[in-house]
Amino acid sequence: MTDQKSRQEIDLWISGTEEPDTAATDEGAQEMRQEESGFRLAEQVGAVVSDDYVFDDEFSDDERMIVNMGPQHPSTHGVLRLQIELEGEIIRRTKPVIGYLHTGMEKTAEALTFMQGPTNVTRMDYLASFHNELAFSLATERLLGIEVPPRADAIRVLMTELNRISSHLVAMATNGMDIGALSIMTYGFREREQVLAFFEKVTGLRMNHNYIRPGGVAADLPPGWRADVKAIAENMRARIGDYDDMLKENPIWTGRTRGIGVITAEECLAYSVTGPTLRSTGIDWDLRKVFPYSGIDQYEFDVPVGEQGDVYDRYRVRIEEILQSARIVEQVAEAMPKGDYRSDDRKVTPPPRARIDESMEALIHHFKIFTEGFRVPPGETYAAVEGPRGELGCYIVSNGEGIPYRVHVRAPSFYNLQALPIMMADSLVADTIATIASLDPVMGDVDR
Amino acid sequence: MTTSQDLLGSFNEAEWTESAGEEVVRLPTESLREFAEVAREAGFELLSDVTAVDWLDREPRFDVVVNLVSLQHRLRLRIIVGAGGEEPSVPSLVPVWPGANYAEREVFDMFGITFADHPDLTRILMPDDWEGFPLRRDFATGSVPVQFKGSHKVS
Repeated sequence: MTDQKSRQEIDLWISGTEEPDTAATDEGAQEMRQEESGFRLAEQVGAVVSDDYVFDDEFSDDERMIVNMGPQHPSTHGVLRLQIELEGEIIRRTKPVIGYLHTGMEKTAEALTFMQGPTNVTRMDYLASFHNELAFSLATERLLGIEVPPRADAIRVLMTELNRISSHLVAMATNGMDIGALSIMTYGFREREQVLAFFEKVTGLRMNHNYIRPGGVAADLPPGWRADVKAIAENMRARIGDYDDMLKENPIWTGRTRGIGVITAEECLAYSVTGPTLRSTGIDWDLRKVFPYSGIDQYEFDVPVGEQGDVYDRYRVRIEEILQSARIVEQVAEAMPKGDYRSDDRKVTPPPRARIDESMEALIHHFKIFTEGFRVPPGETYAAVEGPRGELGCYIVSNGEGIPYRVHVRAPSFYNLQALPIMMADSLVADTIATIASLDPVMGDVDR
Repeated sequence: MTTSQDLLGSFNEAEWTESAGEEVVRLPTESLREFAEVAREAGFELLSDVTAVDWLDREPRFDVVVNLVSLQHRLRLRIIVGAGGEEPSVPSLVPVWPGANYAEREVFDMFGITFADHPDLTRILMPDDWEGFPLRRDFATGSVPVQFKGSHKVS
């Protein structure tokens, strides 16, 4: 209100009908004007998030409408609820309301051993299960101070990159479905099925695998895996190219995505937004390149970046990342090292099956690992991997027992959701869905 | 290779340690905000994570853990400050990194640690009328009584 009034006064002075402002001298303004107050400036640069909204006088209350989208909305990718303040067709304010899928998984993690931990964290971001397991395992291994054999590292890279492909395919499919391109939805899920079938062959499960564990992986790759991986990579390269041709110059697609949900690089950094959303603004920040894990730096791949930071660029970045991941898995399939698939540290790895039959000590040891778990030295660590949605980190505190004292997962979707009000400010209601889909939030990851 | 300590070592009151090969700095609670501003100026553009640990029998009871990333220097840094007393409170980092907003709300929701100067410190994951703070070590997980109705008695 007061801002409105002072702005009017200044306008009047400029027009010359009022007497000049004597407070201003020709040495320049000595004092900040009211609209330049420290708080106001802080608000403008986004340092202060003010939730008290001042209505403009020109709009009466009944022209503004608060609409609830969700939590049961088909296009919100789970139980995301948005409170949207509308002025006609235009969104003025958005407030995400989350927590509908909160199941206290970090509390659960304080009751599970380090060996059981991956079972729990794999259910957080259920579209990127392997990445969750990998972050947890890397953190645990760092506390234990053990190295995993090269074959385990290669298998981990193989599975996480395949997981990135399947996750980005879902992102592409749902993005298409939300905008109305239903054929893209069926194509995306069809290609993903091929990847999930391979996951099932390797781990026994299509999702929530509990395959990557502290000390290595749960089992070696099954016979014929190399042909499967090559088939997936070839298929992706051929099919993704087709889908991209179908969409990238499609006037309906570009009309619905270009210049929609724009975010700048500065806003991304200020709001802790990572992953494809950050890269779509032109910053080539990829943890696989800058803080490599599991020997991923020995494979050749590029980090695709966008320019505009809009829905279209985020879609393009994901498409390119699928192709880059296909490149990585082919290289892994070529150069898979021979050897053991888990650490030979007897403290972490149970004895081989054959030893259990002949040695009482081996049997006891096997029993203790699976009942008490192994003890992890006291300490705290934070290990992060590049998940399909951004930096997926795991912070583990151990007090020297077999159960972690505290497990915290830095969920990329949780932080990325903070960008939604910025992307949606002053946009049309119809673009909401495209914007949410391009952010690709997984509510299991947000609420944990 | 530059380390975070090279960039920020001139800050008084900071205690530099290492944990599993990662740089950790422990600060007095009241200087967190000041250190954050210095760190942001020194090139830590991205706040990666804010969380807390409950040590129950220790004073101060809680550790608030802040993970920072510097894109230009390719560094990670972890800040740990204590929060104790009847009403544990630490300075909010939202004025420095607006992205701390949700994370601090989550820490408040789960541990009951308040953040001074936070613009909207409300529960984020738990229902608004929830009592207690679930991730505190003295918050029991509890159980739901299950009755097996309608089963046949053996005898």
